[in-house]
Amino acid sequence: MHGIAAWFRHLHETTGINLTIAYDPFDRARFLHGLLVTLELSVITIVGSVLVGLIGAWLQGARLVWTRRIVQVYIQLFRNTPPLVQMFFFYFGLSSVLPTMKNSFGIQEPLVSGFGWACISLIFFAGAFNVEIFRSGIEAIPSSTIEAAEALGYTRLQTYLNVVLPLATRVCLPALTNNLVNLIKTTTLAYAIAVPELLYVSNQIWSDSVNVPEMMVVLLVIYTALVGLLVAAMKAWERALRRPGLGT
Amino acid sequence: MIRRRLTLLSLLAGLMMAAGAWPARADALQDIKSKGVLVVGVKADYPPFGYRAPNGDIIGIEPDLARDVAKRLGVKVQFVPVVAANRMQFLEQGKIDLLIATMSDTPDRARVVAIVKPDYYASGYNLMLPKSIRITAWDQLKGKPVCAIQGAFYNKQVAEKFGAQVIAFTGVAEALTAMKQGRCVGFLYDDTAIEGQMLRPEWSAYAMPLPSQDAQPWGLAVRMGEKSFYDFMAKTVADWHKTGLILKLETKYGIPQHSKFAEEMHKKYE
Repeated sequence: MHGIAAWFRHLHETTGINLTIAYDPFDRARFLHGLLVTLELSVITIVGSVLVGLIGAWLQGARLVWTRRIVQVYIQLFRNTPPLVQMFFFYFGLSSVLPTMKNSFGIQEPLVSGFGWACISLIFFAGAFNVEIFRSGIEAIPSSTIEAAEALGYTRLQTYLNVVLPLATRVCLPALTNNLVNLIKTTTLAYAIAVPELLYVSNQIWSDSVNVPEMMVVLLVIYTALVGLLVAAMKAWERALRRPGLGT
Repeated sequence: MIRRRLTLLSLLAGLMMAAGAWPARADALQDIKSKGVLVVGVKADYPPFGYRAPNGDIIGIEPDLARDVAKRLGVKVQFVPVVAANRMQFLEQGKIDLLIATMSDTPDRARVVAIVKPDYYASGYNLMLPKSIRITAWDQLKGKPVCAIQGAFYNKQVAEKFGAQVIAFTGVAEALTAMKQGRCVGFLYDDTAIEGQMLRPEWSAYAMPLPSQDAQPWGLAVRMGEKSFYDFMAKTVADWHKTGLILKLETKYGIPQHSKFAEEMHKKYE
């Protein structure tokens, strides 16, 4: 570890390439923490938004017209507004009318942290797209298949879980992958409400050390790797689910 | 070979003549006097140093200083609002004759414009705190959240030196809102800007109880090579310190405590 730090310091002195995250312990600690926060944000919002998509798509097929309308309003509201505006709205707008809690420093602090609001707004934002993505899969199922399930005595939920969803998932996986890739990239917006994720810590590091190009390259490499991992996982899942004769 | 050397020499001589011809323009001091107007670049968004009155006029400590310069020259004064990103360029291009715009005196800047010595003011960083919070020393910030502005050079210092947990936002309004909502114990910013904020009644429940840190001097500037104007301004600034004009303006614009720098300079030149 010491040798690596010395090498990067030497690199800075000889070439001017300044990667403080490799030799400055303070910068390294906050950068690694930023990476951890980005990973947490990504995992929580991916799981949350897929759940929202599954439940939303199920409710879209509900018999009650008002249930369908409420899902529609949700989709329009969160799909049609910029995620940054949503985040500001939640963090600064909604927070001020929600109850507060006295913290250890003796001030009234809002209950939901910046990280919490970032998760909520990203889950709702990506969830709205996921509902539509799952709907596209569901609508691709021939009605005769659903009728066959009904004829066998399946309830609506049983049909959804055992027949519609397994088939629909296969159809909508490519679109879902697209949206989840976008979601990972959108987590960077959380820097605006001071969530110390990768972009936020990098911004702070490059303001202190004036090494903007180096940190930009580091950011690009890390996001390429993160998204690459997700895409590889989704591809593997797609292959595992493949059934000859269905789709391509 | 000899011929090539000669060509080179004549080329060099030509260049030198061109360079010599460059500064041979009218003296700025004479120009201002013959124009009858002194054009000064000031801030318009930095109360109480330079800001707009309700009627749109630019007022504040720095415009008052500029008025004093104009009075000494016996000319009228005209203000051009500047921001940090364009102030030195305005001066270089001749849009303004004099720059008094909360500019820190740094070696990098002194290579581009002629920063007048002595410096006229200084600012450091400080913490705006609700009066209900009892913090009497910077060390007590350990582990406490502090709102700040992204990219400020002192964020790292406060985190490293005092162990505060810095929560940085993109703008002043966001950071102040977050502090009001209780997301942090205080707001970390330029001490002079905090003083300006606190003059507004909505911040009456807030104070700046800690001593300012890491003070950087502010310099006013003229174009490079304007020797006589530079000397005139150096004498003027020394006189401001001597007569205590800056201390008087601090009081006039409601800054409750004289800055240490202004007091020290007053003592030094008195």
